[in-house]
Amino acid sequence: MLLRTQKLGIDFGGLKAVDAVDLVIGAGAVTAIIGPNGAGKSTLFNLLNGFHKPTSGRIFFEGDDITGLPSHRIARRGISRTFQTTRLFPTASALENVLIGYRMHTRTNLWDAILRTPRARREEAECRDRAMRVLEFVGIPELAPLPVGSLPQEAQKRVAIALALVSQPKLLLLDEPAAGVNANETAALAELIRYIVSSGTTVCLVEHKMRMVMALADTIIVLNHGQKIAEGPPDQICSDPAVIEAYLGGRRDA
Amino acid sequence: MRVPTTRILWLAALLAALAFPFLTDNLYFLSIVITAFITAIAVYGLNVLVGETGQLSLAHAGFFGIGAYTAGILAVRFDLSFWLALPTAVAVTAFLGFLVGMVALRTRGDYFAIFTLGVGVVITGILDLWEGVTGGTDGLIGVPPPTRIGPLTFESLEAQYYLYLFCLALTILAVRNLSRSLVGRTLLAIRNDEHLAEAIGINVGRTKRLSFTISTSLAGFAGALYAPFLGYLGPSVSGLVMMFNMLLYLMIGGAASLAGPLVGTLLLMAATQGLLAFEEYQLLILGPLLVLSIIFAPTGIAGLVNRIGQRLSDRKTKPGPSAAPSSPSPKNRARPSHAPPHAEAGN
Amino acid sequence: MTLFFQQLVNGIALGSIYGLVALGLTLVYGVLKIPNFAHGALYMVGAYITFVAAVVYGMGYIGAIAVAVIVLAGIGVALERVVFNPLRHAPRLHSMIAALGVLLFLEAGAQLAWGAEFRRLPSPFSGTVVLFGLPVATQRLLVIVAAVAVMIGLSLFLKRTTTGAAIEAMAQDRAGALLVGIDTRKIAMLTFAISAALAAFAAALVAPLNLISPTMGEAVNLKAFVIIILGGMGSIPGAVVGGYLLALVEVLGGTYISSSFSQLIAFAVLVVVLAFRPTGLFTRGV
Repeated sequence: MLLRTQKLGIDFGGLKAVDAVDLVIGAGAVTAIIGPNGAGKSTLFNLLNGFHKPTSGRIFFEGDDITGLPSHRIARRGISRTFQTTRLFPTASALENVLIGYRMHTRTNLWDAILRTPRARREEAECRDRAMRVLEFVGIPELAPLPVGSLPQEAQKRVAIALALVSQPKLLLLDEPAAGVNANETAALAELIRYIVSSGTTVCLVEHKMRMVMALADTIIVLNHGQKIAEGPPDQICSDPAVIEAYLGGRRDA
Repeated sequence: MRVPTTRILWLAALLAALAFPFLTDNLYFLSIVITAFITAIAVYGLNVLVGETGQLSLAHAGFFGIGAYTAGILAVRFDLSFWLALPTAVAVTAFLGFLVGMVALRTRGDYFAIFTLGVGVVITGILDLWEGVTGGTDGLIGVPPPTRIGPLTFESLEAQYYLYLFCLALTILAVRNLSRSLVGRTLLAIRNDEHLAEAIGINVGRTKRLSFTISTSLAGFAGALYAPFLGYLGPSVSGLVMMFNMLLYLMIGGAASLAGPLVGTLLLMAATQGLLAFEEYQLLILGPLLVLSIIFAPTGIAGLVNRIGQRLSDRKTKPGPSAAPSSPSPKNRARPSHAPPHAEAGN
Repeated sequence: MTLFFQQLVNGIALGSIYGLVALGLTLVYGVLKIPNFAHGALYMVGAYITFVAAVVYGMGYIGAIAVAVIVLAGIGVALERVVFNPLRHAPRLHSMIAALGVLLFLEAGAQLAWGAEFRRLPSPFSGTVVLFGLPVATQRLLVIVAAVAVMIGLSLFLKRTTTGAAIEAMAQDRAGALLVGIDTRKIAMLTFAISAALAAFAAALVAPLNLISPTMGEAVNLKAFVIIILGGMGSIPGAVVGGYLLALVEVLGGTYISSSFSQLIAFAVLVVVLAFRPTGLFTRGV
């Protein structure tokens, strides 16, 4: 068990966006969070990585209580994330975008920077090296020198994943990794996610594309109106009456 | 390619700057260029915060004023030598900048700009009202020029010119190293997206405070050079027009670029000398100029030149039709052969 | 007691002005998310137009007010079209810097056109009326009554008319407003027109009481920002309440504590509020 929440909840002006959710993310597995629009999936991610402070409940990561820690400290403990829309720096190259992700493991300070001390040079080279290696890992080393804004959607998603991976997180949160890419590309991204898990990083994702979720996830957690309504392996979730009810009128397989 | 070209340009600029006093005996020109050098140092400070970190501070001229008045008051009222007054003024400004930053940077975006606008007004107000120390509206008169250090004296304008040129070169070197370092990249990451920066483990609050302190230190440094050069100070050194001018130089020259602040400051200060006869009405032209440049050339002169340079080098390196990067198909994507990134994970 | 009553009336009159100026600022912020640093300059230009219409062209005071309001509404539309509309997809930073450019341009323009010296608009209502047995300057009473009438009119317009509802809708969500078929272009222009007209109206009301100069807008500008931060950026009732609050604190603080202190109150309030509530006093949750 890598991460566990206990009655986790947040309300925005009386509206319970996430309501007393208990969830467990097992190490080395893929956990998927699904649910209709507005079910609180993204809000849950924002709680897990510290963007929102929960109004109730606790979060434990590797047994430590991380509730209320600022996001940069949560990131340093090993929880990394991507966003629904890529927020990369469009005019900078893929490599430059990714290398800053390793910054948290470096110690270059203002004086190192201004005086170009050996440490500043060494750490910069190290960041570049790590970034290059992780770009190879996600399968796009040849795109390293190109500005991110010029890359196709799927490649941008890979850069974003590389940025989240370069710090060597223990848990990677992927917020709709396959949004806005076609079926072939979705399959390729699913393959990448499987590869990430096989290399030792635990993955938790929010996704609407059910086929991808069913094929990837070891455990699926279903949210509706901020509450967890089901949890289990894919085949069990498929036949869960509460889940079918929640999705009724919505899409079951998109 | 581009790196040697820019290096040659910088070298040429340095040589031209070194030769300039020999090419003219017009002391008026020389003093304008010195003023531009000093102002450019402050604009480089503004660039760190506005250009690289993406935070619009409207208190920058205020900190320039603090640096100038601190150096001026130390020299006039305490007979401190320039070489002690200068670092003291920088330290005082940096410290005040740090304190103001602690409070101001709790706000974001629009609120930060509004807050710092208020800070700027308060600073000017204090310089204006604290008559016993600052000389009030009449200003601080009789700030002596830089005192001698070792064998070097600065009585002649030419000598002062080289002193200020040295300070500017030092600033540019420091700012260049900074912006190319991991620290500089951290600032850019914050400008790009604060949430993303936070999510990759950057302490956004602390980094912004650092950026603000660097920026105010440079404003203080410039101010502390300005006081002994000009010899007198009035509260308007920290006023809204000064603030506007600095933003104008930065935006026209090109924010977040190394050459931008210098180019913008030199060019516009030289150009506005022609408008000097209409000093009050300069803003009638400069106001719209700023607006136009933001609408049509948001990256400033440096951005335009860069784009032209890039297009030229593209033409040289890519003879055929430009090979647009296409996503490699998932089928033939080579599996990486090196160790996965987790090989040495752990804290 | 008389002093207190008189200062109270002064405070309410000043608050009416602050309220009008802040209303315009908060409207533009709500609808277009631009902190319009040039707002105080619009106020200043409004005062000059009133002055010119009344003194140079010899129009009546009421006619001069109407001219100022119309001219400024036009300037507001022009600003939106020429400056802010082209920047609506640019980083927020750019709109803010552009607003500063406009501010300095308007101040320099006023100085060129009307000179740097202070001007005074002779008061058309110089007398006093007796209210609750105490004398009150007619002009101040006029300021209060007219400002309150305009505030009520504006809130009725926003609540009761379709156009007003469209402005409110756009203040909530620009993309959403576009989806439900609101002509966001028209609303943006209209908002700027109303905002500038409000500033002009406030300036015209206060012109017979205060001196007119090219920099008269700077202090008001910052105070209006303090008010809308207090009241919540984009909030209309917040702007009105904040305006009266700040004015009363300033006037009473100036009377009973120190008069040079009164000018610093706004900034002190700004610092204290933002230090403890970095997103303003009355902001709703995310």
